[in-house]
Amino acid sequence: MKSYLAGLEAESIEILREAVALGQKPVMLYSTGKDSSVMLHLAQKAFWPAPLPFPLLHVDTTWKFRAMIAFRDRIAAEDGIQLLVHINRRRLAEGVNPFTYDSGRYTALMKTEALKQALDEGGFDMVMGGARRDEEKSRAKERIFSFRSAGHGWDPKMQRPELWNLYNTRINPGETIRIFPLSNWTETDIWQYIAEEEIPVVPLYFAAPRPVVRRSGRWIMVDDDRFPLQPGEKPEIRMVRFRTLGCYPLTAAIESTAGSVEDILRETQTARNSERQGRLIDHDQAASMEKKKQEGYF
Amino acid sequence: MREPLRFITCGSVDDGKSTLIGRLLWESKQIFEDHLPALAADSARYGTQGGALDLALLVDGLQAEREQSITIDVAYRFFSTARRRFIVADCPGHEQYTRNMATGASNSDLALLVVNASKGLTMQTRRHARIAALLGIRHLVMAVNKMDLTAWDETAFCRIVSEFEPLAREFEFASFQPIPVSALHGDNVAQPGLASPWYSGPALLTYLENVDVMQGGSPPGFRMAVQLVNRPHQGFRGYCGRIASGQVKVGDRVRVLPGGMESSIRSIVAWKKENAAASAGDSVTLLLEDEIDISRGSVISSATGPVEMSDQFEAVLLCLCEHPLVAGRTYLVRLHTCEAAATVTAIKYKLDVTAGNHLAAKSLTLNDIGVVNLSFDRPVPFEPYQRCRRLGSLILIDRITNQTAAAGMIHFALRRAANIHWQALEIHKPARAAQKLQKPMCLWFTGLPASGKSTIANLLEKRLFAAGRHTYLLDGDNVRHGLNRDLGFTESDRVENIRRVTEVAKLLVDAGLVVLVSFISPYRSERARARSLFEEGEFLEIFVDAPVTECERRDPKGLYAKARRGELINFTGIDSNYEPPESPELRLDTTQHSPEECVDRILAKLGLA
Repeated sequence: MKSYLAGLEAESIEILREAVALGQKPVMLYSTGKDSSVMLHLAQKAFWPAPLPFPLLHVDTTWKFRAMIAFRDRIAAEDGIQLLVHINRRRLAEGVNPFTYDSGRYTALMKTEALKQALDEGGFDMVMGGARRDEEKSRAKERIFSFRSAGHGWDPKMQRPELWNLYNTRINPGETIRIFPLSNWTETDIWQYIAEEEIPVVPLYFAAPRPVVRRSGRWIMVDDDRFPLQPGEKPEIRMVRFRTLGCYPLTAAIESTAGSVEDILRETQTARNSERQGRLIDHDQAASMEKKKQEGYF
Repeated sequence: MREPLRFITCGSVDDGKSTLIGRLLWESKQIFEDHLPALAADSARYGTQGGALDLALLVDGLQAEREQSITIDVAYRFFSTARRRFIVADCPGHEQYTRNMATGASNSDLALLVVNASKGLTMQTRRHARIAALLGIRHLVMAVNKMDLTAWDETAFCRIVSEFEPLAREFEFASFQPIPVSALHGDNVAQPGLASPWYSGPALLTYLENVDVMQGGSPPGFRMAVQLVNRPHQGFRGYCGRIASGQVKVGDRVRVLPGGMESSIRSIVAWKKENAAASAGDSVTLLLEDEIDISRGSVISSATGPVEMSDQFEAVLLCLCEHPLVAGRTYLVRLHTCEAAATVTAIKYKLDVTAGNHLAAKSLTLNDIGVVNLSFDRPVPFEPYQRCRRLGSLILIDRITNQTAAAGMIHFALRRAANIHWQALEIHKPARAAQKLQKPMCLWFTGLPASGKSTIANLLEKRLFAAGRHTYLLDGDNVRHGLNRDLGFTESDRVENIRRVTEVAKLLVDAGLVVLVSFISPYRSERARARSLFEEGEFLEIFVDAPVTECERRDPKGLYAKARRGELINFTGIDSNYEPPESPELRLDTTQHSPEECVDRILAKLGLA
């Protein structure tokens, strides 16, 4: 393995082991995305030959790509993996969806509120997630072990100092810690590691002919027949792939012919646009991610 | 590609740190096209460059920072060139955020200190250089920025460099490289600047690509702190951790501390395979030949040069919280994977971070740096910080608020733990208690002045005495006439006051007595420490509760009146804080119950009614 990847791997494994050693009830958020896949792989290494000492938690908005759900179910069937799936049933019954609700409101209810429900119901105190500091400005300010008040709020001005590899995980009942083992990885590192370790990922990352429509200058995939086409709008087939995966109506594809991890690496290294450009929820207001994080979003 | 270079940027506010990082990202082509519209919008709204692109806004991540044009929290940036990968901790310049700078410095190998050419060295410049050196950073680059504002004046540059050189020598940096730059225009950042023909050194990025930050000195041999024990089934007992120093291979003899047992490495387990050897920085799972007692906090080290143990240290502390750190106070300490209780036994001196002088101090407050003695509640394996960061760094956590109170670096052990033993005595507490036909206890009365503590304690002792119990009453005022006559009423003196009384109470309980302690004892952490010294069920916290208005109305000694007139300072309830107990064994409301009724309740609680 390339020496810098070995260093990142060793650091992440140390973080995962700290979370398990210091937590009463840890859980790992699992989105099915490439970062989740890498984090899961690292966790399997960290505790080998024991099975994962915590469950995976998938917050399902019911609007994920079908390929993500199929991939998730395949992973969940593997030995030693316990998968919890949570859906915000109340909001689903109220008819919350990404088309008639604006993306900010939809995310707040189906992702943030749903996540809080799942964490409260499970009584989890250590919550591992695959966010990286290079993804977005406010994430660059995040601690590796990040304190959340009762109610899951994040106060960027009240973060605990974090020195060396010494993490202050002391909390009162109701308070939690979010842990980001991939903090120091970049998008390129993730793909390099996927290539070297041959980690399976959702096929949507690789270019293929897919049905898409053009909306506000972005390619949105028509993943199922719930997609409301506008008058005169007709899906066309394009060679596209996704750099990041979320809810399909809110995640734009890029035109690409990258069909392998090696192609993706080549494309990433010469990319003119950032990874999360295709995430519509990042752009609904200025300092959008900072606000979402304060409310409890990952 | 080698390991990424981890460096921090520091310096005064307004010296252009964020602009310089923004420039480095820009020059190494890390800025994506879809970020440009947001940058243009932010520049027009918050920018300081008259509407031109303000590169500083690329790195100020929080909205509050963009609004105030300052950096509040350390931000991590990643960029790479064809030659090297970089992880940058961009650190705040404001004094109140010094703790965040220490955070960034703790995991960095190099410091990029930014100085404003038109302002010269400031207090923050010196402060940050000293913090970087304290945290073990051995390589320093000084970017003298805003050279364009001095019209690239060589003498201005040389003056700043020569003013700083004595400091660089004092801090014993292994390398020191000054570079004149303009972050705004990019001169000497990625390419040599045309405006400074007199400067023949490397451009900043070129220097960072090539600087060698490998650790010098003589690191200790193999050491690994155990994070957790992996026991999936009977036949497998793996010790997981990240190797702190040295190398290990299958067959090596190792010694494990605490305990001191020896064994050999049977196997180094990696994912779905086994390795023959591993070295510093690797996360591994070790199997040993023998079954010995190892748990989280143990250190596995080479048998030929094993790690040492101690429970007494001299350490330098950086105070990270608003609440003052005083001698006598006990904290939770985390040193590598080991958790213990540690008491600050003495503050030797406070460091004047600007001039480097040693100042006498009774307490350390936010951003203060001081040298202290620490006493742990048990011996732990360690290395001096200078030899091994991972086994010599610690954090102190406030047991009440859970805040990280301080970060510390071990200088050396004050004594070898092996040399002192608690003298085991033949006549012990159970024997003395049996002779007196009673269960020794500590009844701890806490409450505001004039809440009724002494009245109730006095009455209770009379009743116990009449019933044939062997008692002793420690009263706050009385003890201050003798044992504690040298102490005043500041927070640090109050902490020491309680520490001594706690120790006396412990001796008396050991003597088999029922001890009544009647002290205001205003701080939760001291009461928690007192409790921790006694056995389960031996310590009863009795909260004598009356509102301050009621106590002030009673005022039998006229002290509240004096405090109101300003003749008494640090008076609890007036200008000094009282932290009421959260879960006392007994709460006595003296506005509702007479002293006799209160005593009856205590006796009922003791089963003596």
